[in-house]
Amino acid sequence: MTGVPKISVRDLTMRYGDTLVLERISIDVPEGAFCTLVGASGCGKSTFLRLLLSQERPSGGVIEMDGAPLPEEPTPDRGIVFQKYSVLPHLSVEDNLILAAEFERAPVTGRLFAGARRDARQDVAEILERIGLAPARKRYPAQLSGGMQQRLAIAQALLKRPTVLLLDEPFGALDPGIRIDMHEILQELWREMSMTVFMVTHDIQEAFKLGTRLLVFDKVRHDPHAPEAYGATITYDIPLDRNQKPQPPASLEELAGAASKPEKSLGGHPA
Amino acid sequence: MRIINRKPSRRLGAFLAMLPFAGLLIAYAVASHYRRLDNPADKLLPSLSDIADAFLRMATQADKRTGDILLWSDTFDSLWRLGTGMGLATLLAVCVGVAIGFIPHIRSGLAPFVAALSLIPPITVLPILFIMFGLGELSKIMLIVVGTAPVMIRSVAQAVMDIPTEMMIKAQTLGASTWQMLTRVVLPQILPALITAIRLGLVPAWIFLISAEAIASTSGLGYRIFLVRRYLAMDVILPYVVWITLLALILDKLLLIFSRRAFPWHHLGGERL
Repeated sequence: MTGVPKISVRDLTMRYGDTLVLERISIDVPEGAFCTLVGASGCGKSTFLRLLLSQERPSGGVIEMDGAPLPEEPTPDRGIVFQKYSVLPHLSVEDNLILAAEFERAPVTGRLFAGARRDARQDVAEILERIGLAPARKRYPAQLSGGMQQRLAIAQALLKRPTVLLLDEPFGALDPGIRIDMHEILQELWREMSMTVFMVTHDIQEAFKLGTRLLVFDKVRHDPHAPEAYGATITYDIPLDRNQKPQPPASLEELAGAASKPEKSLGGHPA
Repeated sequence: MRIINRKPSRRLGAFLAMLPFAGLLIAYAVASHYRRLDNPADKLLPSLSDIADAFLRMATQADKRTGDILLWSDTFDSLWRLGTGMGLATLLAVCVGVAIGFIPHIRSGLAPFVAALSLIPPITVLPILFIMFGLGELSKIMLIVVGTAPVMIRSVAQAVMDIPTEMMIKAQTLGASTWQMLTRVVLPQILPALITAIRLGLVPAWIFLISAEAIASTSGLGYRIFLVRRYLAMDVILPYVVWITLLALILDKLLLIFSRRAFPWHHLGGERL
């Protein structure tokens, strides 16, 4: 697999009707990278994620995974965690987690019974313990706190051992303290499972802390008379070295300003 | 304190709920009393005790001609028609509604057709039903189906489409086939909406049942009301109306209780009417 990037995007364009959302996106992401996606609201970060998931098809350009074109619909090799609605509300915590096994082992009923069900529940006991939801295993998602729900969503997304994990503002609705816990869980799992991660976030501190690579989405061209005529693209692609991380700027504007001045290097120590 | 911030206690709440019923009953008793002062044999507003007597007679004494106790045989016949009609309508609503909501090609093909069907005033097809299915049970049941199914199909289809896309995507990333998504994601999630659709469908279903029974029938609650109307027998009509209302209320409450028991996850987010 050496030499072939995990995800390769060439000249990607996405338009809805007359509105161009994304244009001229080309990027190669090697296996094991943790890409954080930042940018103003409505600049197509989530659209990019949906395209990587095959939830939508691009208007132009190609996306390749492991050198082959992306499948036309969502597949188990790409896991997803949304900000909301990630878990199934009519299933208990435990049943949300055995769902993947049920789909695999019971093609007709999609449901396991009696002994098989007990075994499946046994299999997820360790995961439940790990994400701290063992005492809440019988509860419904609506009875869990936001942090617990997202821990469940992440655990569920990892059940099929995806090689690519997509996160769409997964911690956007969580309290700061809980976010820190979630960061630790996520990084631990990422290292353990050697996944390639794409994470959309509004929080630039979070993007710098978690990522090995920061992708900034923005519109470079503007037509004041036709704001929908041009789409966003990746304006900055900043490697974030694990050992010598730059200080995160306070805001996106500051980041854009800093990156445009070559003397203020972002890639390593401040000069 | 503002009136919107003042909440009644449980006992006061129950008392307030009884007030309009008691008020109606008292108003009736008073009006009936004054009418019978003028004419003791008044048929329009019989006394409450006359109504109770008539109701008791209907509920306990066998009819001379048929040998049946009329209230119970009427109730049984009507509920059988209502139940069969609603059962068929529910079956249609699940099969067609889920297909429309879940599969885009079927939605394109059937949604406009069902929307058009649901706008036909059902009573207008009653003569057609009588001609096609005769004057027996089938035409009455079909009227209930024709009257309720299209709207129920539409609300089930809408319920399927209201399931967040995120969940459908999530199921696919967990390896679900279309059939598995149907049985494990779609059906369980629309069942509460289906119960709501049945509860709302029962309202027109009662109307069509009573109408069909009034026009062509030899039994049933609607038949009885329209039969005794000829004799101005308000002492039978009034308790029958109350009885029908009570049956409708009980059915509605049973469905609500069933929904709470069977789908507790749906009722976690606060009180629903």
